[in-house]
Amino acid sequence: MTQNQNLFFQKFGITPNDLQRYLGEALSAGGDYADLYFEYLTSTSISVDESIVKSASQGISAGCGVRVLAGERTGYAYTDDLAPEKILRAARTAALIARGPAKSPIEGFKENLNHQLYPIASPSADADIAAKLDLVMRADRAARAYDPRIVQVRGGYFDEMRQILVIGSDGTFATDVQPMARFSVTTIAKSGESSAKGAAGGGGRVGIDFFLTDKTPEHFAQDAARQAIIQLNAVEAPAGEMEVVLGPGWPGILLHEAIGHGLEADFNRKGTSAFSGMLGKRVASDKCTVVDNGTLPSRRGSINVDDEGSPTQNTVLIEKGILKGYLSDKLSARLMRMPDTGNGRRESYAHIPMPRMTNTYMLAGDDSPEDIIRSVKRGVYAVNFGGGQVDITNGKFVFSASEAYMIENGHVTAPLKNCTLIGNGPDALTKVSMVGNDLQLDEGVGTCGKDGQSVPVGVGIPTLKLDSMTVGGTAR
Amino acid sequence: MATNTQTVNEVDAELRDLAASVVSRAVKAGATAAEAVVREGSEFSTVVRMGEVETLKESGSRAIGLRTFLGQRAASTYSSDFSKDGIQRLISGALELARVTSEDIYSGIPEPDRLGSLQGDLKLYYDDVYSLPPEERIEYARRAERAALEADPRMKNSDGGTFDAAVGHKVLANSNGFVGEFRRSYCSVSAAPIAQDENGNMQRDQWYALARTLAKLESPESVGREAARRTLRRLGSRKIKSTQVPIVLDPMVAESILDNVFEAVNGDAIYRQSSFLVNKLGEQVAASNITVVDDGTMPGGFGTEPFDGEGVPTRRTVVIENGVLKSYLLNTYTAKKLGLKTTGNASRGLAGTPGIGSGNFYLQKGDRTPQQIIGDVKQGLYVFQFLGFGVNMVTGDFSRGVSGLWIENGELTYPVEEVTVAGNLKDMLNNISEIGNDLEFRGSTAAPTLRIDGMTIAGE
Repeated sequence: MTQNQNLFFQKFGITPNDLQRYLGEALSAGGDYADLYFEYLTSTSISVDESIVKSASQGISAGCGVRVLAGERTGYAYTDDLAPEKILRAARTAALIARGPAKSPIEGFKENLNHQLYPIASPSADADIAAKLDLVMRADRAARAYDPRIVQVRGGYFDEMRQILVIGSDGTFATDVQPMARFSVTTIAKSGESSAKGAAGGGGRVGIDFFLTDKTPEHFAQDAARQAIIQLNAVEAPAGEMEVVLGPGWPGILLHEAIGHGLEADFNRKGTSAFSGMLGKRVASDKCTVVDNGTLPSRRGSINVDDEGSPTQNTVLIEKGILKGYLSDKLSARLMRMPDTGNGRRESYAHIPMPRMTNTYMLAGDDSPEDIIRSVKRGVYAVNFGGGQVDITNGKFVFSASEAYMIENGHVTAPLKNCTLIGNGPDALTKVSMVGNDLQLDEGVGTCGKDGQSVPVGVGIPTLKLDSMTVGGTAR
Repeated sequence: MATNTQTVNEVDAELRDLAASVVSRAVKAGATAAEAVVREGSEFSTVVRMGEVETLKESGSRAIGLRTFLGQRAASTYSSDFSKDGIQRLISGALELARVTSEDIYSGIPEPDRLGSLQGDLKLYYDDVYSLPPEERIEYARRAERAALEADPRMKNSDGGTFDAAVGHKVLANSNGFVGEFRRSYCSVSAAPIAQDENGNMQRDQWYALARTLAKLESPESVGREAARRTLRRLGSRKIKSTQVPIVLDPMVAESILDNVFEAVNGDAIYRQSSFLVNKLGEQVAASNITVVDDGTMPGGFGTEPFDGEGVPTRRTVVIENGVLKSYLLNTYTAKKLGLKTTGNASRGLAGTPGIGSGNFYLQKGDRTPQQIIGDVKQGLYVFQFLGFGVNMVTGDFSRGVSGLWIENGELTYPVEEVTVAGNLKDMLNNISEIGNDLEFRGSTAAPTLRIDGMTIAGE
């Protein structure tokens, strides 16, 4: 047992003996594996609306989730009261999934050597509330100063500090302190009868300094204002199949929807994904190499250990167009006899972990972004997106462009109204004909939803050209 | 509070006392007004996949949220820590935060004469949702999945059958003397089968039923069979060429258009000028056959509550009448901002300022059957799935992925996928040319089958 003087030992008086007892109770009816997930989360949010700070809020939540795995079955119970009798009760409830003689957890825990992906001198959560307030007020001023046609501005600052302790009956012992900060700005522009909106934001597992030096409130505010002003003059998007160029960074949501979800191991274990049984097969052009990397320093989608206590990794999903791997958690890794890639994640102690993405991106190619745009006769250049969605089973996915332009004879021309792009996951990337040398990751706003659970993720691509994709506009 | 028929036990009294005492302690500590919400709930869920139990989950939780005012400054805190220290920190934290926010002349809790609660049994709580022993819960989920898988030999796989139930208890108290509480229960059963055609292509769909009491829950078999029907009709889907034809929306997707209407009449969106229905009160915003109602008072409704998130009684509000916009949906703050009266639509989470929530929000049914509506369409698309979030509430621009069935000479023919439907909500509401008689609540928002003309389908 490592003598890690963790919050849960200090504040809640939990002892290593207690942990053994809880795991013992969880395995009292047998089962292959049991784990405990302790979580203590503090968060702050402040927003500016109509140039005043109308609200600020702070909160604390804490709890423990107990899971028992027996074959393909999962029993789960949680409590938001960390008193021993409540945790034992949760353990007894989760134990009901198994039917057999009691098992014992491994004696003693082994703590993995963790990454240190987010060493922060002064976490946002500790920063003075006045400093956070100043950030949102700066965003309001900057967006309004950008153009007199900006009539509404909302700025929001959010940070949290999540402390976790994961204990498994296989000897897993992991702790992590996970900071998160996010800044967002939305704007409304008006001109005559025309209205438009813009949105920008970013952050990561960073301290408040990030917003004072790297990405300032002015950076996000001006970008949100710029988008709204451009949209004032947007024209109808075309309808039908055509060449599509995606700008670098956040348009990487393409990868998240088109292939990422379909490569989560649970869907493939059950054979419910359009990618089931396609390992080793071509799913993209040979210019495409795609990874899911949970180990990038300070990124929103990064974590030192996943929510099952396994270290995160850099996992190659597609190498030169060939499908190489799935994203797995402990359950799928065991049942599929494949490596655990450290992608077992959950929204909170009240949720069952499952395979989830971290930071999913495509490696840079050789083409210059200018050459890519110059190569298009008539198509769409999409640089900013709202949300996306995928139907895992038939592979159809969509993502909606909030900032896009026509490309005509190699030149970027008119801004387009919101339009949705739709495609088929297993063959969308086979149409990638040019890959830029300008890989960018998004600015840190992505939240992914699956089975009602939200987790923070990152995406990224270099400028990409797809020879054909359906653009969902209204113009002929 | 007379909304519930069950006896109030000691735990109830404890939560009510807690909410009231947090409010009075906040006032004693200097708050000029305060409002506390305490929520307690428990849930269980059961998933059966390919006949075997996959997941059993069962738990309870509680949390408290506090909103305090120092004059016209507001702030809020929340916590799941009910210890003495935890509650003390909740109160002092909220007061500290309220010192740094801005003065807002529109802020505050409702005036005493606005506060209150609907009387009588609203039929929201039945303890029978928890009455089934675990084996029978599993059997419910298993029966739903089995009915789906046995419906057709092309049913090859499954995302499972489920049976879930939850009960919740909510107490709201404020410093204008309001203390109210209610309990709600629900149970649901679902199936999500996967069918495969001769080429190995898979399609998945799902169906579900939910109810406040087990006694009114549809049978697992009928849910499973409907899930199978919805899944099988997708086999052999193909893309079609871009075109402009009438579309007919299945009630489940018509409902999502109604969700857009709700967002557009949401008081927050109105005062922030971020809705395409800003400044449209009294104007024709939809076809003259359209009437949209929000009703928070319907007994047993999934959107029913005796009082809203600020302690204002819920009510019935006609939002659109014969195509004319009659009312926005408002809470105390947005009503003051717009110079109107609250419609009792405050929605309060644990943290932050109250937003706007719907009661039972629906589009009044017409008199034509779905078959008659489809039968009138020479060429068109019957849509049963929307994919993605391509709706811009500021402009009304609408562009979403769809799946459906091609209509040829009034008949449903082959399935269609990987296409989008685009237009603008302003036009779409005016171009609803047919309304079905099949209004049915499977949640707090509901719409019947709708036909909309003039939209563009983008495909090949």
